[in-house]
Amino acid sequence: MSRVGVVGIGHTKFGNLSQYDLGDVMAYAATDALKDAGFLERRKEIDQVIVGNMASGLFCHQSAVASSVISKMDMEPVPAELVENGPASGASAIKIGYMAVASGMADIVLVIGGEVMRKVTGWTGTEYVATMLHPEAEYDMGLTLPGFGGMFTRMYMEKYGLTERDLALLAVKNHANGAKNKYAHIQAECTIEAIADGPEANVVNTYVAEPLRMYSTCPVSDGAAALLLVNMDSPKAKLFSKKPVRIAGIASATDTHCVHNRKDPLKLEAVRIAAEKAYAMAGLSPKDISFAELHDAFSILELAISEEVGFFERGKSFLAVRKGETAIDGRLPINTSGGLKSKGHPVGATGTSQAVELVRQLRGEAELGRQVTDPKYGMAVNFGGFGNNVVAMIFAKD
Amino acid sequence: MAIDAMEQKLRPPEIPLKPYPPKVITLASGEKMVVREAKREEVGALLGTIYPLIGVPADFYDIVAVRMYGEILGWYRRRVANEFVLVGAIDGEIAGIVTSRHVTPKLGMSLHTLTIKRGLRVGAQLFAAKMEHHLDILGEEEVYIVAESPNGFKRWMIEYELEDRSSQFPEVRHELGGVPTYVLTRSLWEAVRDVKCTGTRPVSDTDLKASAKLVMPREYPQIPGFKR
Repeated sequence: MSRVGVVGIGHTKFGNLSQYDLGDVMAYAATDALKDAGFLERRKEIDQVIVGNMASGLFCHQSAVASSVISKMDMEPVPAELVENGPASGASAIKIGYMAVASGMADIVLVIGGEVMRKVTGWTGTEYVATMLHPEAEYDMGLTLPGFGGMFTRMYMEKYGLTERDLALLAVKNHANGAKNKYAHIQAECTIEAIADGPEANVVNTYVAEPLRMYSTCPVSDGAAALLLVNMDSPKAKLFSKKPVRIAGIASATDTHCVHNRKDPLKLEAVRIAAEKAYAMAGLSPKDISFAELHDAFSILELAISEEVGFFERGKSFLAVRKGETAIDGRLPINTSGGLKSKGHPVGATGTSQAVELVRQLRGEAELGRQVTDPKYGMAVNFGGFGNNVVAMIFAKD
Repeated sequence: MAIDAMEQKLRPPEIPLKPYPPKVITLASGEKMVVREAKREEVGALLGTIYPLIGVPADFYDIVAVRMYGEILGWYRRRVANEFVLVGAIDGEIAGIVTSRHVTPKLGMSLHTLTIKRGLRVGAQLFAAKMEHHLDILGEEEVYIVAESPNGFKRWMIEYELEDRSSQFPEVRHELGGVPTYVLTRSLWEAVRDVKCTGTRPVSDTDLKASAKLVMPREYPQIPGFKR
């Protein structure tokens, strides 16, 4: 297999972009990536475009968005296809792009992930996202993703002693990072006194799906992120202005669609298997990872995923958070971008956004105050469904 | 001061309203927002705060701003009966404004909520303070409420589970143009007060002093590049 690297990255600011067309939002990020690579003028030489999107048909009443992006970017006749894998669509698009390059089918692939969710109201959006759940056993019963997040959190609390204050500590950590990230939806810090300890915390940080509160739940965001992949072993690798960041490992795994069919609902098997495969592919282990972007749509997921990928023992990750081990200046910074909690979660864009953050950190291009010191390997986990279809990625600075 | 006879005829009858006692709320950012009644002499800062938003169509800021501008001008010029204006200020800088009207001892008429500083539920807190004034301090039994933006509809109609009385139009109608009227009743308020309304009283002298002089916002997240 050929080595695959990232030579260009692009990102819109996440937030409320509902006044814009989804194709425009994606084209903005893609143009940004092509400019970053110094390849905008030669964009028709790209072999393949892969677009990650979860639900444009529902959110924007628009289908065939890959065609829309190609047209808006004046890139015809470059082939373009859409990849859909729920909130892991972005990372799945990268994986498909990786496969195209590694296999030799393509040398240059543009991957774009994007979503515009705020054209509909929050509760309609929540209902649309819930359509990825098991139709009879979950969706028809009225379950939503925040509902799942709440139940998962409650189980974890009862088993391991996690407290709501621990979840608030995660928010404080991630907002501290997100406040410095120019792309983040919520560029504001929060304090533990205000969201957990103070007399007004119960209202300021209100419940969303008990015991999950507003500051343990990601916002509903719009946005897009894009990456330009290249065959590092091809002469074409020299066409770009930036040195490639290598994709050292990328893998995905699935678990039961229906969460109640799992032996232990607290075990995220698809996360564990995807991570193990990615480590094996990269020839690395958890202790080699310098920093990570983990899919904290609900804060509990940052903890659970960090345990499944081998960073911490099961049920112990929140103790590391209390000690500051996952803060930007800690032993293993997690969610340096602000994570989904602060940066935002436009579902189809999240995986590509995580990958952009890996590249920014490995290049040393993150903003002052949230740049990890001399990172070698960054890991991202993009979580689809309620853990039923997960992609893990490891990027390397060679 | 003597009031001109014609001016006297133009003014609506006024019912003396109980004052709204100031309170302080620690926002998620850790910043302290003092919520208090605006004073008539602060009209310049209030109108100056609102004015730039009249040109912002996103999220219906334009219609809310232009209507609130008129309401506050009407309050200042004494052309609206029993109106009150609450302001949320962080270190004196205006973070949000709400307007409302006491119609009868039993009925309040919620006018507008304008949030300048976003992402910290400033608007939600100010709206809750407005309802607190109507129901807990002025002792009304009901408040008529309409929404002119999806954000408002989400925050008030949905989150407070307001009673939809639009089918009783025209007997039940809000003053704002015939849009569907929803109602916060005392029982609904009592069901949500503890999770919607917060704040500490009395406000310390330091915090009161910090908000004593209202300052217009230096920047607006709604207007990129705006600097004052």
